[in-house]
Amino acid sequence: MTDVSIMATPALANGPLFGLPLEELWFGLVFAVFGTFLFLDGFDFGVGALFATRTTDGEREQLLASIGPFWDGNEVWLVVFGGMLFAVFPSVYATLFSRHYLLMFAILGALIIRGLAPEMYEQRHDEDWQRWWGRAFVVGSIASPFFLGVFVGNWLFGVEGVASIASLLAGLAVIALTIVDGAAFLGLKTRGDVRLETRSLGHLAQVVYLLLAVATLVVGSRSSPHVALFSVPTLGLLGLTVLLAGVHVVAGWAGRYYLAFAAVAGQVYGLVALAATLLFPLIDPATGLTVADAIVSPLSLNIMTIGSSILLPLIATYFIVLYSSFSGPVEEGESYV
Amino acid sequence: MIDPVIASRLQFAVTTIVHIIFPVMSMGLAPFLIYFTWKEIRTGAQVYEQLRTFWTKIFAISFVVGTVTGIVLEFEFGTNFAAFATAAGELFGGPLALEGMMAFMLEATFLGIFVFGRDRVTDRLYMLSSVLVGLGTWLSAVWILVANSWMQTPRGYEVATESGQPIISLVDPIAAYANPRFPWMYVHMQNAAVLSVALFLTGVAAYFVWTNRDTEFWRTTMKVGLAVLLVTAPFQAIHGDAYGRHVADTQPQKFAAMEAQYETDSGVGLKLVAIPTSLSDITDPHADDLFVIEIPFVASLLASGNDPSATITGLSDIDAESPPVAIVFWAFRAMVGLGTWFILLAFWGGYRWYQGTLFDDDLLAKAFMGSSVLGIFTVELGWIVTEVGRQPWVIQGVMKTHAGVSSSLTGSEALATLVGFVGVYTALLVLYWYVVIRLIRTEAPTRQPTPKRETNIPEGVVPSDD
Repeated sequence: MTDVSIMATPALANGPLFGLPLEELWFGLVFAVFGTFLFLDGFDFGVGALFATRTTDGEREQLLASIGPFWDGNEVWLVVFGGMLFAVFPSVYATLFSRHYLLMFAILGALIIRGLAPEMYEQRHDEDWQRWWGRAFVVGSIASPFFLGVFVGNWLFGVEGVASIASLLAGLAVIALTIVDGAAFLGLKTRGDVRLETRSLGHLAQVVYLLLAVATLVVGSRSSPHVALFSVPTLGLLGLTVLLAGVHVVAGWAGRYYLAFAAVAGQVYGLVALAATLLFPLIDPATGLTVADAIVSPLSLNIMTIGSSILLPLIATYFIVLYSSFSGPVEEGESYV
Repeated sequence: MIDPVIASRLQFAVTTIVHIIFPVMSMGLAPFLIYFTWKEIRTGAQVYEQLRTFWTKIFAISFVVGTVTGIVLEFEFGTNFAAFATAAGELFGGPLALEGMMAFMLEATFLGIFVFGRDRVTDRLYMLSSVLVGLGTWLSAVWILVANSWMQTPRGYEVATESGQPIISLVDPIAAYANPRFPWMYVHMQNAAVLSVALFLTGVAAYFVWTNRDTEFWRTTMKVGLAVLLVTAPFQAIHGDAYGRHVADTQPQKFAAMEAQYETDSGVGLKLVAIPTSLSDITDPHADDLFVIEIPFVASLLASGNDPSATITGLSDIDAESPPVAIVFWAFRAMVGLGTWFILLAFWGGYRWYQGTLFDDDLLAKAFMGSSVLGIFTVELGWIVTEVGRQPWVIQGVMKTHAGVSSSLTGSEALATLVGFVGVYTALLVLYWYVVIRLIRTEAPTRQPTPKRETNIPEGVVPSDD
């Protein structure tokens, strides 16, 4: 029922824009946005976890300063992911989030602690205060990727209860991946001992990540028939991940930190692409909902498509301006705020 | 065990009431920061650099807490209000997604440059960053209020039922999103945010003036805050009056609840002051039973715009469930009362400024100090009128709030997170105010207190040590 009947352009309501396969494109885009979040906020989490290994004030300040200007923008990718899922697949957004009720709030709680801790850490310079907020930062930075990984595991494997072995393994794998990510980022943002020591930890985490990723898939495929282990895309993406892991380690040794960081980015997007291909054409295995069932009507989808086509390139520009303004290692004396 | 519907509604109330403080601070501070940055770059004056640096710190902490509490709200539509999210996602999800992409991204990326990049980027990019951060905060409110205004006065949609569940689909995006309620809400909210921050600025500045530790920094803060207050406080009243008329037209039951008008009547007076004479007047106010000081015919005039004898439909004659009248009625009275006080305060300060004695009136300084957070409190009251006044509907006339709650949610889950949020958000509020007060105490430029001024010695005669 509507009082005013300014008719929407019929062309927008009749079918997908330009006859594009919008269902598939949006399914891919939602995962790409999640991947961008996981890659970008992932290095914030990783830096937070590696913070635990730094003992001097100066090194800790360096780590905080390295993510200071970036983390807020990085985390907004999660907001955009949530918004897109809500706008384009509302029933998935609703059933997935309400089914994993306590887990969602665990994620939110961990993100609150992680976001708040560095701000608080810098407010006072007495030892007790910084020790506790430093710990909170580490806990939040490890708990956030863990719960996010469990969430994605539950989603992918169609877990009905709180979690399964496979989704717990997925949580651990995502922690390892964010540490790899954080160490690779610190390769770009620090010098000297901090860079070398975190690089070694990153390489260790890389091995752990590969093992956990394979374990997650093997365990998950046993209980979830839609998770096809021996298929071309699965084996192909796994092979690519192993290759990129090798590139990451070798580039790190060679001091080619940009290449190492790019290899990590490839692995993060590879993981998300793997999850997406294993799901498709389903979007929520627990309810058997397919992408085609869950998508909104053409009018809304077309509006979102036009909006996103304009806005996503703009957002890319903002990030380029931001990251290039703060390129290179953290300067001596730069701190968090 | 507690009803998951009650727990979800309480939880949403708690999480929004706490969250809105931070956007008010960031949206309200944004124009001040743009002004300080511009003055700093144009004049090179140290005081503007200090002002920009200091208030940016308050902005940054508000933004961080606003981010983490804001993600919670977005997720709660899925976790606690899954039936609403499923039914209305097509209309409601879009604005949220666009808010994230268009506004939040702009704000969060350029904030990085604005907070950390003064020495790294050119003046031009720095100035641009301040404007884009401000633009981001204000665009954010656009999309949130596009979504909210649609829930208040929905248009441009169609309801169908799929497997027993209502599904609302978009048929006319222009009608839905260019909602007539939107401009009312947007202007009222943005002006309220600027007004609240102007009160905060003058209140904090007055503290340093009152304790004789004021420097040029605090005097400038007070003048800028007061100048903005002089514009925004009267404007809020004039605009709010017209907004009320729109509410009377489009949500008569909300307007009737604001006035506790049960019986349909004509030539209704505006209850300027309502004094409860019994406990039941507080919990269950009825316009006809209250002891009121009223301006005759003004409520009718308000509702109609020009007719003092116009009829106001009472709640008893509206064929729908009423909102909780007591909350709406008293929150509205308190909001209008405080708004009136802000106008008086602005004029009082303006008069002293005109006399050249702005920094010498201790009573005025105390009044400003006491009012420093009242603006934010008044925003809360306004939102309570808006949101409680819409009940029992989550989407006016389309879906009731209880029908929007997730069906899979159990009472114990909902109670666990409700208790968790009450604890975490209380801690968050305490920490936030602790940090803000600490920043004010330790980071702002002050001087040693001098002995109380005996008389008004002209400025320039008193030796200045700042």
